[in-house]
Amino acid sequence: MRDAFCRELMRHSARPEFVFLTGDLGFKALEPLRASMPRRFINAGVAEQNMVCVAAGLAHTGFRPWVYSIAPFVYARPFEQIRNNIALPGLPVTLVGNGGGYGYGVMGSTHHALEDYGVLLTLANMRVFIPAFDSDLGPIIETQMTCAFPSYLRLGLSEVPDGFDPPPYAQWRHLVEGDSATLLVAGPLVGGIVREVTKMSREERPSVWLISELPLGNIPSGFLEDVQRTGHLAVVEEHVSTGGLGQMISHDLMLASVTVRRFTHHYAQGYVSGLYGSQKYHRRESQLDPASVLAALAAVAT
Amino acid sequence: MCNHPLWTLIAARQIRGLASESYLVRTFHLPTSAPLWQSECMPADRPNLPDLVSRVKLRLLRMHFESGVGHIGGNLSALDLLVCLYHQILRPEDTFILSKGHAAGALYTTLWSTGALSEEDLRTFHKDATRLSGHPPPNGIPEIPFATGSLGHGVGLAAGVALGKKLKDAPGRVFCLTSDGEWNEGSSWEAIIFAVQQGLSNLVILVDANGLQGFGATSEVADLAPLAGKFREFNLQVEEIDGHNCAGICGALDRTAAGPRVVVARTVKGCGVSFMENKLEWHYLPMTESQYRQAEREVLEACATRSAGS
Repeated sequence: MRDAFCRELMRHSARPEFVFLTGDLGFKALEPLRASMPRRFINAGVAEQNMVCVAAGLAHTGFRPWVYSIAPFVYARPFEQIRNNIALPGLPVTLVGNGGGYGYGVMGSTHHALEDYGVLLTLANMRVFIPAFDSDLGPIIETQMTCAFPSYLRLGLSEVPDGFDPPPYAQWRHLVEGDSATLLVAGPLVGGIVREVTKMSREERPSVWLISELPLGNIPSGFLEDVQRTGHLAVVEEHVSTGGLGQMISHDLMLASVTVRRFTHHYAQGYVSGLYGSQKYHRRESQLDPASVLAALAAVAT
Repeated sequence: MCNHPLWTLIAARQIRGLASESYLVRTFHLPTSAPLWQSECMPADRPNLPDLVSRVKLRLLRMHFESGVGHIGGNLSALDLLVCLYHQILRPEDTFILSKGHAAGALYTTLWSTGALSEEDLRTFHKDATRLSGHPPPNGIPEIPFATGSLGHGVGLAAGVALGKKLKDAPGRVFCLTSDGEWNEGSSWEAIIFAVQQGLSNLVILVDANGLQGFGATSEVADLAPLAGKFREFNLQVEEIDGHNCAGICGALDRTAAGPRVVVARTVKGCGVSFMENKLEWHYLPMTESQYRQAEREVLEACATRSAGS
């Protein structure tokens, strides 16, 4: 998704208000962006707390700064700088975290981002974008480049199943019709799930919904009807349970007095075996891989 | 010098003992729309900065006393710097960031002295439903661009504003006032590394070097002496001054250089109030009424002495 990110950002490099700050990362990915806006592409060094403060100062003078690093270095290390200097004054700074969830795989736990959007969404004015497919980046970046609020972009690895044409970008998308359950998925995990469920009959498979922006806002009536029809809402996210999508939607449904017969939650469980591996390895350990998710749905149905 | 009858009155009052509050309000209250130096006492071309500092100091002491708020020591050490900045140095295109947010009282009363905050504003300080929280707020006061109070943020914010001005080829300098204790924060050093690398010649960092931090002397807690030498090692232009000498402050702040500058101002915590000076406890303590009266008297006496000597 990083190349698509760079490509889409370059469409905006002529905007005089656009400044890109990187925490000394971007090798073999961001060079074209740097070349397209040399004065406004700033390598702020390995100093993320300062980079976020500088972004806030730039935003104060009317610029639209983008702050880029590996995900945990952009939301966890400088958390207080984000809270005090970007979220509280509501400045339109975009934080970009590369490698959402277990994206950095065997690079290890320091590079994983399992609580990024939960943590950031506790902050005032903050909005989170979780693209699932490369084709989502264009509209998301357009929004982030022009919005009046601070936001976070969680980059992952786009997975588009063969023969599947992702529908145009929207916060909520209904990707696959199905009857066995209503699956609500955040982020690129959805690609593998769509690949598997489209091999199943409509009766056997879940209805698959994708969400790409948080907080939830108004929940679409079509989604609520779908949940009522199937009687089982299953939330899938590469994020810890606390502060994640599962908690957000169950909270909102309870506030709206919507009764869900069955609710299940598939989430990042950290480091189950204490061992490390690829993103796929960690997804399997947390039972977030498509086979585990579908097996769990089937087990609940019987 | 200032030959306004004010100072004669102060001298007379001083002989009788106390300066009553009503007297102070009547004497010091100025139209909030006009900067202080535009009053009869201080013509615009000849602002008497030490007298201004004294006026603001009296208002600061009263504000903290009336609100029962501590943190007065680090406000008094920073006050000369703030008053000189706002009355002599800052131009409309400049930006000021108070990194040592615990000197909010000194900032608020200095902004009162320029007319940016009103007497009514100051009366709400530290009370429910105030704009003037104990540390500067994030929104609502145009002269205060960021909520500070967590130390180690200001220099990075100032560097961002300075970089913004550079990228726009816009005029204006950025001044940032830090404490000395906050150079314990690694993020402060990140910020100067960045500022030097980016050649931010429009950035001036002030250090209120009063030598006392939260729970001890800077020399006992995390000794950075010689602080000026450390800044030089980071390739900053450094100047050391007396932080209570207005002429020296203004001279140092108005200089230009090819890169970012640091002015290390040697100051006295609790400056101008004998029982507070260089005492750690005045980082925290609120004043009793008798302490407040004594503090006020000492400031008035210093004014009278200065006036008589000039």
